[in-house]
Amino acid sequence: MAKNDLLGGALWEQYSKKVADRMNEPRNLGTITEEDAKAKGGKLIVADYGAESCGDAVRLYWVVDDSGRIIDSKFRSFGCGTAIASSDMMCELCLGKTVDEAVKITNIDVEMSLRDDPETPAVPGQKMHCSVMAYDVIKKAASIYKGVDMDSFESEIIVCECARVSLSTIQEVIRINDLKTVEEITDYTKAGAFCKSCIKPGGHEDREYYLVDILRDTRALMEEEKLKANANSSESGELAFADMTMVQKIKAIDKVIDANIRPMLMMDGGNMEIIDVKDSEKNIDIYIRYTGACAGCASSSTGTLYAIETVLRQKLDTSIRVMPI
Amino acid sequence: MRIYLDNNATTIVDPKVKELMDPFFSQMYGNPNSLHSFGTETHPAIRHAIDSMYSAINANDNDDIVVTSCATESINWVLKSIFFEHGFNSNKKHIITTTVEHPAVNAACKYLEKFGAKVTYLPINEQGIITVNQVAEAITEETLLVSIMWANNETGMIFPIDEVSKVCKEKGVLFHSDGVQAVGKIALDLSKTEIDFLSFSAHKFHGPKGVGGLYIKNGRSLEPLFHGGEHMGGMRSGTLNVPGIVGMGEAMRLANESLEYEGSTVRRLRDKLEDSILELPDVFVVGDRENRTPNTILVSIRGVEGEAMLWDLSKQGIAASTGSACASEDLEANPVLLAIGADIELAHTAIRLSLSRFTTEEEIDFTAKVFKDSVERLRKISSSYA
Repeated sequence: MAKNDLLGGALWEQYSKKVADRMNEPRNLGTITEEDAKAKGGKLIVADYGAESCGDAVRLYWVVDDSGRIIDSKFRSFGCGTAIASSDMMCELCLGKTVDEAVKITNIDVEMSLRDDPETPAVPGQKMHCSVMAYDVIKKAASIYKGVDMDSFESEIIVCECARVSLSTIQEVIRINDLKTVEEITDYTKAGAFCKSCIKPGGHEDREYYLVDILRDTRALMEEEKLKANANSSESGELAFADMTMVQKIKAIDKVIDANIRPMLMMDGGNMEIIDVKDSEKNIDIYIRYTGACAGCASSSTGTLYAIETVLRQKLDTSIRVMPI
Repeated sequence: MRIYLDNNATTIVDPKVKELMDPFFSQMYGNPNSLHSFGTETHPAIRHAIDSMYSAINANDNDDIVVTSCATESINWVLKSIFFEHGFNSNKKHIITTTVEHPAVNAACKYLEKFGAKVTYLPINEQGIITVNQVAEAITEETLLVSIMWANNETGMIFPIDEVSKVCKEKGVLFHSDGVQAVGKIALDLSKTEIDFLSFSAHKFHGPKGVGGLYIKNGRSLEPLFHGGEHMGGMRSGTLNVPGIVGMGEAMRLANESLEYEGSTVRRLRDKLEDSILELPDVFVVGDRENRTPNTILVSIRGVEGEAMLWDLSKQGIAASTGSACASEDLEANPVLLAIGADIELAHTAIRLSLSRFTTEEEIDFTAKVFKDSVERLRKISSSYA
């Protein structure tokens, strides 16, 4: 929250003049019939996308000539102002392009074309979603024209349609930047910043992938990989004590005690056992109990203790403290 | 021409109300709790305003009408104080409300759920109302409070509050009603209703914003939400909003006086506009008009998305609203339309027109024409309306 968030509701004021203009007077509104297409010497393609129940639906008409070029493009749309304006701009962007070129038009291209100045978004964040439908219907039309599946135009899995952020990008930023929250993902990629459907289930529309799940799964994977890497480097003795897991730490402590301390104690008929290891931010506290002759020995809390601590600090970590109980 | 048909959102302050409030800003600005004349000279007007409030809803002198800052405050006060005082440390943690309440009720209930409240949200039926049987069946041994609105803000549908209050009384359950859309629009007689708490807000009946009220039936205890000085008998601390109180009193008096006009002329104009809209094919209005507040129409227009319709009306200077999708900050479908069992394709097609006693015949005639033209234009654009 901040000053600018306190007063909401000025949705329409955030529409660009171009959006308002095209809402009032769409240039490419209309229908194209088979006869119209024939007269223009091309093939008619009609594609529907969206659903009224979701609040947005569009029908796109193309006339495509023999060379695969779109020579006419019209639309009809059930939707709010931004949906109508986006559909209108989308038709214009298709015109004169080949079908192969047209499928490369994204919702971001549509939104950019609706800006009055290049720096100011044409629509507020929650309306970015409306331009996505304009992009989807192009893919639908192209898939009908080519007789292929719509998904074949998408080489990547798109998680956030509004900002067009792919699954691989999101996974990558989580890994590289060690991201721990969905808000951080949004800050880094803009995924989830607009209609918010991709953040978690229950939003405006159902998604195949949600940021919360991707974050959880990627972090779980990272954790697993870290453990494996730890295990490998710990075997080869390369892993620093501080980076070890608790079990690895206990094993390492045991190893040092077995090799350097226990033989010394046993010579005097004593021994010791580890009771607990506690890892605080500053120190690693090792709680031990003396057994045998050591249990009552006067030196167990002075000289012997000092010797044990010194060996562990030298071999493992300077922050180690040994606490006899 | 600018035409305001969003009176369920807020209303124009009646110029007579404004005139009466005016001296209490820069002339009689004293604190009513002061002993000196600056303070005491405000008392007659405050007393008069309070009297107007009591008589407008026919409250008994032994009842309390506590002035608050808005209905949201009144609602939060009732729900939170009742739950924390009587529910939190007992086994009576059950609250009954509806799925179509104002967010003030809904969000407060969600908040109380975090503290162990068990909330039942009753759905409305196809007529757009809650029945008394639904409430009776939902009440259990553990029910602490029932909170149901008197009239719905989107549809204007009037809920059977008299019957519900009787059932609550019989079963020994406290009953609160959000009366925001009812006060000033339909006659309320609190002396004849077994209602324990009633919330209302001045700006919905031509009073100023920033002032509301909570009616508390004689004998009901309610821990204050605002602790502080001894204002409002210690029930609601904070220096008295003198102009606000004076304004709300007068607004309530005038609204009460205008109830007959509201039920005849406002209703006639509403019906005229509604009849005209219903001449269009594939439109329907939610709820029986006899059981609605006389000023409200919630209409669904097949093939026309709500915000697009608002946009077109707005271009002609007409202010309306939509509970649906895009016009609000969130993008969700209209819950009322879905709840009454309308087709899912209609979820984003609702437009609410709400009149007031300031609406003129000329405005209604113009709106009827613009409405038809807009529907025609948008249906030509629509991909889902041939």
